[in-house]
Amino acid sequence: MTITEMPFKPYAPGTQPGNDTPAYRSTGLRHPTQSLLRIPQSVTELSGPQFSPAQYPPTANIAVNDGVEAMGERIIVQGRVLDEDGRPVAGSMVEIWQANAAGRYNLPRDAHDAPLDPGFKGIGRVFTDAQGGYRFITIKPGAYPWGNHENAWRPNHIHFSLFGPGYATRLITQMYFPGDPLLALDPIFLATPDAAARARLVASFDLAVTQPNWALGYRFDIVLRGRNATPMEDGDDHH
Amino acid sequence: MTTTSQTTASQTTASQTIGPFWHLLEDKSWADLTRFGAVGEVISVSGRVLDGGGAPMSDACVEIWQASPTRSDVFPGFGRSATDAQGRYAFKTIMPGAVPMVGAGNSWQAPHFAVTIFARGLLFHLMTRCYVAEGAALAEDPVLGMVAPERRATLVARCRAPGDWVLDFHMQGALETVFFEI
Repeated sequence: MTITEMPFKPYAPGTQPGNDTPAYRSTGLRHPTQSLLRIPQSVTELSGPQFSPAQYPPTANIAVNDGVEAMGERIIVQGRVLDEDGRPVAGSMVEIWQANAAGRYNLPRDAHDAPLDPGFKGIGRVFTDAQGGYRFITIKPGAYPWGNHENAWRPNHIHFSLFGPGYATRLITQMYFPGDPLLALDPIFLATPDAAARARLVASFDLAVTQPNWALGYRFDIVLRGRNATPMEDGDDHH
Repeated sequence: MTTTSQTTASQTTASQTIGPFWHLLEDKSWADLTRFGAVGEVISVSGRVLDGGGAPMSDACVEIWQASPTRSDVFPGFGRSATDAQGRYAFKTIMPGAVPMVGAGNSWQAPHFAVTIFARGLLFHLMTRCYVAEGAALAEDPVLGMVAPERRATLVARCRAPGDWVLDFHMQGALETVFFEI
């Protein structure tokens, strides 16, 4: 068995949040205190799970549930999943979850004093097309309070989960909305050091994505790790 | 679908926490990697996820990936388990075999799972391994060999009974799990 795939590139400095982020209080007892150990990418890290629509059925329109239309501002969220070299990540599963328009998740553990919506479950799944494109129809999620600090509110956001081509490309992130005044106050959003990297977490309003008389539209492109240009030491047995 | 984005180089999208409400995503069947009909040596892998105060992390998402046996329509190689009130995760899967380590003298890696932990309070997921092996295979494993000897045990599951492997993950403290940068 020979592995010929190139390893994935390291993350560019500042583009990823560190886990030791005191302003986000829950990190206190949960972040590792020892340095991470850098290990080579072997078959375990270069390969990864793959999903098929047959076994993981897609749901692209989550603005309706069992024939009941969700309350709130209907939106289309569309974008492309690319690697760092601009190559499309095709056939890849993209999942989202989010609060309803009132800022409450459809979960017993969310005790926020805001109404549930029988028209909204808040969970979607699609697979990217050959160009890496994806598209969801949903509603704009509401902001909600959380206990991190006095009068803390999470900005409007949609959670995204992606796998990409390998174990090493796994990504869970959040998409934010342009112009949200809560972004400047949010320790989760602010935890990423690089301002340009933070800005890429904010979707763009895009008139071309809207559907006239029906839904507003936002564009959110996602970039996963690319591969190194030079191969790893494949089959190097000159020890 | 119409797309207008240009194809240009860019930097990676930043990770953000999975948060406390990721369970909308949860499908309990995903913790059983044999659910599509895989056959082989069925084992269970379970344990707890604990914070720096020793308290259970009851809202974590634990994922495993195994490169062996090879992924197929009946074997996803991938599983996800939510932790319960005691911080406990549990998987049912097929025993992995050894896999090669390229570039290290064609040595072999002992049977293991790649483990990813997501949780509220983790802005970037934690990556580690869970070895399900004993004896010489562990001693010769090239990745385990990179770990300080006194911390290797944090990556090695205990065989509690035949086919029943147990490993706890500690975020901090004397037993802090070795986490990787990959």
